[in-house]
Formats: sequence, structure tokens, C-alpha cells
Amino acid sequence: MKIEDYKGVFIYAQQIDNKLSTISLELLGKAKDLAADLDEKVTAVLIGSGVSDLTQTLAEYGADRVIVVDDPALKDYRTEPYTHALASVINEYKPEIMLVGATAIGRDLGPKVSARVATGLTADCTQLDIGDFPLTPVPGQEDKQLHRQLLMTRPAFGGNTIATIACPENRPQMATVRPGVMQKKEPVKGAKAEIVDYNPGFKENDCYVEIEKIVKEVVTTENIADAKILVSGGRGVGSPENFKLLDELAEVLGGTVSCSRAVVDSGWKPKELQVGQTGQTVRPHVYFAIGISGAIQHAAGMEDSDIIIAINKDENAPIFDIADYGVIGDLNKVVPELTKKIKEQQAAKAGQ
Amino acid sequence: MKIVVCIKQVPDTKGGVKFKADGTLDRGAMLAIMNPDDKAGLEAALRLKDQYGGEVTVVTMGLPKADAVLYEAMAMGADKGILVTDRVLGGADTWATSQTIAAAIKNLEYDVIITGRQAIDGDTAQVGPQISEHLGIPVISYTEEIMDVDEKGRTLTVKRQFEDRYHVLKVKMPCLLTALSELNEPRYMTPGGIFDAFNTELTVWGRDDLKELADENIGLNGSPTKIAKASDKVAKVKDRTKIKALDSASEEADYIVSVLEETHVI
Repeated sequence: MKIEDYKGVFIYAQQIDNKLSTISLELLGKAKDLAADLDEKVTAVLIGSGVSDLTQTLAEYGADRVIVVDDPALKDYRTEPYTHALASVINEYKPEIMLVGATAIGRDLGPKVSARVATGLTADCTQLDIGDFPLTPVPGQEDKQLHRQLLMTRPAFGGNTIATIACPENRPQMATVRPGVMQKKEPVKGAKAEIVDYNPGFKENDCYVEIEKIVKEVVTTENIADAKILVSGGRGVGSPENFKLLDELAEVLGGTVSCSRAVVDSGWKPKELQVGQTGQTVRPHVYFAIGISGAIQHAAGMEDSDIIIAINKDENAPIFDIADYGVIGDLNKVVPELTKKIKEQQAAKAGQ
Repeated sequence: MKIVVCIKQVPDTKGGVKFKADGTLDRGAMLAIMNPDDKAGLEAALRLKDQYGGEVTVVTMGLPKADAVLYEAMAMGADKGILVTDRVLGGADTWATSQTIAAAIKNLEYDVIITGRQAIDGDTAQVGPQISEHLGIPVISYTEEIMDVDEKGRTLTVKRQFEDRYHVLKVKMPCLLTALSELNEPRYMTPGGIFDAFNTELTVWGRDDLKELADENIGLNGSPTKIAKASDKVAKVKDRTKIKALDSASEEADYIVSVLEETHVI
């Protein structure tokens, strides 16, 4: 491997049902910043079947070039043909940096591809920078310090430790990036990207699986990661019916209801509404934690919210350690009162 | 059916993470447990064995004291335990770890390999898929359910979870599954099982027992990723004066309304 042969910042442009996932645009936003620091270009790798009409969106959100691997074998996500596609693109086009979303697809594709092209992979990054490795030179070995390295920062241990990781001797430097953390850029209407069609050929082997059925779980709610106000409930809410208290509060505030893992595990709410390490990372302006104890796995998904307000009857609940404001009380009484008073307040203001 | 289950010993975070006086993580104060996703994987393997017969071998890589999770696995019903331990294997990232475990598995016969989706200390979810790649076998990540086993046709039918859907997939054996802790409720150890487990000898493999493993792929030196900086995040200590226990729900609601007004939310 000749490191200097590897150039440019690449992102995996995830699409599902031929619709680009939000993470693809977030990765482009970050890739553009990294490419500016390196004075390199941004390439999006688009893999699927009949996906070429997505290239324009990728251009508008910051791709200088889009490599399209389009093949009937790639109709729905399957590990093997997608791994073959992305690994072949890497071997052919030699990126310096390869970013993949830390989604249910990316956390399968990323490790497979990194193992196939024999490079390192850092999981679930929340920060990416260009810098030196080691961060400070070893005295007497200043000339051995490497520059222009991708420094990948990630939480571990449920968010209680933070590590910054480099991949100094292998290329590409590969990371999966947590959704909802990087910011997408404002799209530039009519922006143009170079489009490159590439097909490495797909031959079925024992690693191909057969998709017997695809079952979509009904998503009727808006994406909680985009909400400005989240009214989130935990096991303490007590029953699925009791979530109507939260629905009412969310309604008067123009917010969205979300929940903790315990609620999803109990079957009260669908997984798309789950906040936390195994759910979504959110950072709304206001986060209400109602009847949520605040285990570290939950905290990892919401602690960067601007204002956290907790309502819990247990004064020792860990949620009060991360909440900005809180009341120790019975949510069954406090939440309806709160909804009522906010309504009164709004009515009074409207009448002014 | 021959099933290999990969398990890891991790610090327990369920009882709350412990911090030292300076706010950094106190690893020594936390119990070492079998990683929850791995335990679900083990349970899935034991159920396959209950239904179809066969043998369950558990493999772990770690310090010598990681033998505790192997004994626990055998007390739950696993047949054999293999501890891969060697000083030269330490400090491995997911590439070097998956290379090492794959080399250990190459010493074994297997139809199905099951790993947990991810360990609660590293949270990477990478080692399972990477092992499958080094072995050249298919992987099903995020397995929610093993729906059917066709022993004659040598295939499994499994449910694979995504964010907004699941796929029902038919996969050829040998294959590797990564298990979600939602997969099942792991069984308890039985007294007889515990007794038997401690009378069963573990297999301990060092570096020299792993023939198909290149020196450049092991331990800290064989790890492509290097830690530039690591820090325990200092526990946030917030101002508890803003957490209130007032006399009535009405007063508490008033307090929250005042907060929402101050912060211009309403």
C-alpha cells in the first residue's frame, strides 16, 4: 500500500428504496469541511439499482463527484453485493478517507468493507478533524509526527469515555459516523458533479443471501431527530394508554413524543421513537424526560439537548444528574397540570 | 449442529457507572459480566442445540480471568469453553481481534457462529462482521429471530432488523449471526450445570496455537487504528438547586411554566 496514492474524501451515500437517507447529506456536510482542510475533493459513492436520479441531490449537498454502482443485484441491501461494490470502488479509486453512516446498514457494511480492503475502522464517531498524529510530537522524533491525519473521536462505555483514534499506516482512513451529529450544508441549486459509472461485476456466491420478505414497520410519526421539542416518556409512564398525557403536552408545545428503550421493549411504542444508544441521538432545543430514569445508554442519546427538563417521582433517578431543570413528583398529576397551564398562558398571550 | 459462540467479559454498567472522586470512570469498582448481547447469542445457540441436537462451543479472548464467563456459559449449558489468551494479543483493535478470533475458529468445526451485536464497553459492533469476512462466510448482523433451520438444505431463515423494517433472509451454512439482546431472555445457570462446569476443563490457547494467524495482524502492533487520546468523560455535576420537590403538582407545573417562559420556549 502506497499511502500517497490515496486521495480525496469519500462518503457512502446510503439510499433505501431509492431514497437518500439523511445521513448521506450529513456525511457530505462533514466531508466538505474535511476536504477543504486537505484541499481535496468530495466523492459520494452511490450503490443500488436504478439510483442514478439521486446524483443531482448529492451534487447539491456538496459532492464534487459521484461514483455510481448500479446493478440489479443491488436492488435491496444485502451485505455481500454491497460489500463487493464499495470495496471494489475503494480498490479502484483509492480514497484517503471513507465515511459511512453508523446506521443498521453502515454498521454491517463498514466492518465488512474495512476487513476486505484491510484497513482500520473507527465506529460510531461523533467528531472528525484533520490533525497530527501523535497529537504532540515525541521529543527527539519530531520528524516522525504525521500530518493531515483523520482524527476520529468517539464515545464508548455508554458515553462515559471518549477516545480520539487515528489510522496512520493504512488507507483509507475509515469511520462510521453517528446519524444526527454532523450538519448538512445548505443545498446549492443546480450544482454539478462529475458522474462516474462503475460496475465491478456481480457473481452470486455462497455469501449471497436470499431475501424472502421485506416487512416495513409503519412509521406514521415524524423523525424525532428533527424535532425542536421532544416530550419523551419512559417506563414510569406506566402504560401505552397513559402516553396520551405526553401527546397532549407535545401538542400544546408543537413538539413530538419520543421514548426510552424500556418503552420499546414493552411494545408500547415503535422503535423509531426510541432515544438512546441503541435508538436515535437527538439534540432538540427542549427535551422533557418524563418517567425516564436516565440510564447512561439513554443519556448518551440526549444529553446534548439544549434544555433538559425531568419529571420523575424518584429523587435518586440518574436523570436528575443530567437535567437542567426538574421536578420530583407524580407525572400523572404534574403533566396534565402543566399542559393546562401552558394552554392558559398561550390563551392569555393571544388575548393581549 | 456445531455452533460456536463468541463471548466477551465486560464491566457491568447496568448497576450504574461508578466514578472516582475526580469524576473519572472507576473500572475497578464495576463487576465483570458476560456481555448482554453475547449472552443472548449463547441462549440462541442453546435453543438450537435443544431443538436440533449438537454441540455448543464458547470462545472468548481476554485476560486469564475472562475464564469466568466461559464457566458461566458452560453452567448455562455450553459443552466446551476455549480461552484465547496471550500477552502478545493484548491491545488489539477490532481488526486484530477479529483476525485472532477467526484464527481460533479455524481450529474448530462449525455450522453456525453467533456473536453478540456489540459489547457494552467498546460499542463498535465490528468484530462479528469482521470475523465473517476473515472466514469467508456470510454474516447476518442484527439478528432478531432465527425462524427456521433446514439441516438437509444447510440453510437458516432469520429475521434481520433495520431501523424501519426487517428482512426475512435465507442464508447458507456455515454462517455468522450477530445477536441482539432482544433476541431472547437468557436462561439461568442450573446448580448441576455450575457443578459440571467447574469440573470441565477449559481449553486455553496461546498465540502458538493459532496457526493461521500472521504476526503482523495481532495485538497492538497489528492494529491499524491507534489511540491518539483517551479520556474518561468527567461526570457532569449539575446544579441540583434547579431540581425541585414542591408541595403540589400545581406548583411544580408553575415552576416548569416559569422555566419555559424564561427560556422563551413559550
